[in-house]
Amino acid sequence: MGIIEVEDVSFTYSGSKRPALDHVDLSIKKSEFVILTGPSGCGKTTLCRCLNGLVPHFYSGDFRGRVLVAGLDTREHEIWELSQHVGLVFQNPENQLFCLTVEADVAFGPENLGLPREEIRRRVEWALKVTGMWELRHRPPHELSGGQQQRAAIAAVLAMKPEVLVLDEPTSFLDPAGAAEILSLVAELNKRLGITVLLVEHRLDMTSPYADRVVVMAKGRIALDGPPEEVLTSREARELGVGIPKVIRLYELLAERGLRLPEVPLSPGQMASLISEVVRCR
Amino acid sequence: MPIEVQYVWYTYPSGIEALKGISLTVEDRDFLVIMGPNGAGKTTLLKTLNGLIKPTKGRVLVDGVDTRHATVAELSRKVGLVFQNPDHQLFCSTVEEEIAFALRNFGFNEEEIKERVEWALETLGLEEYRDVSPLMLSGGEKKRVALASVLVWDPKYLVLDEPTLGQDYAQKEKLREIICGLLGQRAVIIVTHDIEFVVDFRPRPRVALMADGRIIAEGKAEEVLTDPELLSRASLVRPQVPEVLFNLREKGLPVRTDVLDLVEARDAIISLARGLA
Repeated sequence: MGIIEVEDVSFTYSGSKRPALDHVDLSIKKSEFVILTGPSGCGKTTLCRCLNGLVPHFYSGDFRGRVLVAGLDTREHEIWELSQHVGLVFQNPENQLFCLTVEADVAFGPENLGLPREEIRRRVEWALKVTGMWELRHRPPHELSGGQQQRAAIAAVLAMKPEVLVLDEPTSFLDPAGAAEILSLVAELNKRLGITVLLVEHRLDMTSPYADRVVVMAKGRIALDGPPEEVLTSREARELGVGIPKVIRLYELLAERGLRLPEVPLSPGQMASLISEVVRCR
Repeated sequence: MPIEVQYVWYTYPSGIEALKGISLTVEDRDFLVIMGPNGAGKTTLLKTLNGLIKPTKGRVLVDGVDTRHATVAELSRKVGLVFQNPDHQLFCSTVEEEIAFALRNFGFNEEEIKERVEWALETLGLEEYRDVSPLMLSGGEKKRVALASVLVWDPKYLVLDEPTLGQDYAQKEKLREIICGLLGQRAVIIVTHDIEFVVDFRPRPRVALMADGRIIAEGKAEEVLTDPELLSRASLVRPQVPEVLFNLREKGLPVRTDVLDLVEARDAIISLARGLA
């Protein structure tokens, strides 16, 4: 069984006529890195909210099917319990940090669990160190750059020791340097610590090289689900308005002219290596 | 007559020097993109254009009028600024009222207000939301309402701060179509981090790079956005197309690197392959 099992889930927010999720099935294995994408309003954020129990505990509505997180049925477990398995990181780090120092923000979650002092200290130190925020722990969050604030928000979530990190467009408020900083941190947490990642993103050029799978949603349903090389070269992805990375478009333009590369490239560096191999062998 | 930013310095009351001697000209019907890291002074610069911020030193002339001697309302008639965060801009109870608000303030007659609001709703694909509260809309829709509420008074200079933020690919393409439709009739100035969005424009804009309160480069997109040294000084990541070509060059393959266009890049790589065959 996967660390996340979404089984035939449908959800309609109270007061809304249209279901936000419409018979969604999704299984994510431990330590997988999955990108979730799709047009605005397709249900991505609602799906994220299902994973730590915000739906149906906080957002009310008509919930069908079931979600299992680390084997726990989200209907039967409360948000504080689920948040020890799934950590959610949002778009704007400013909305997630509220303490006077980074350290206090990171300690907030474990303190609320009522953990022993030593354990809190251990977790805070660990979370600050793996996110590279140890040196900045005494700084007020509002004085930090966007990238540093988002790292602090990730540290605060990690201090809960979740197996799964769900990030809802975590780079959209950051500049390119800040975005690169966050993506490489998330990739490292996935690779080195085996943390399962579900990353909601529109910008697949920056993110797809890290992904094991790309899941595309449309109108509350899962429309496509597969390795990035497959999903991003499919006709359906184009029809659904997924932004296809330039390297993949260039790969296809070259193929039309008879220059076929042995693999679908996901990054410029990889593409250059493939081209170099092919042209030198000719 | 243009907008002329002449050696402008600006220091915030907190003591932060945000602009350090900026000079820039925006001609009639110009198309200019300003890029650079957060904190480089981009938004501050935009705010000097409609007088929200008056220079500490130097001056800004909008069609010959010094911004220190005009009100924001007067300047806004010509310089329409759409902010990054639509929540800072939207406050009416329906989308239609929101879009009509500035026109009422500018003293347009009701008949013209009606016509212009219809045009703006249609141009931005917002007709179905006319009676909806702007605060009920999604982030992407709010951005379009904010743009409509400025575009509606037809400013000569349209200034957009991070218009693609939070937009999906289809919405960005729609936005590009809207912007392209406006080019040639008025000047469009865009601040953005979204380099792939910029390189896909036809015609391509002029690009100014900012870092630490200064403009460090200004020129054609093809030149500025393919220059590795300039891009790294502005903390920008190279667009994917020239990045592929740079990587090929680094592997010792003779190929042009000043290319942003996919088809041009394809041709460069095909001729490289033929040359080596």
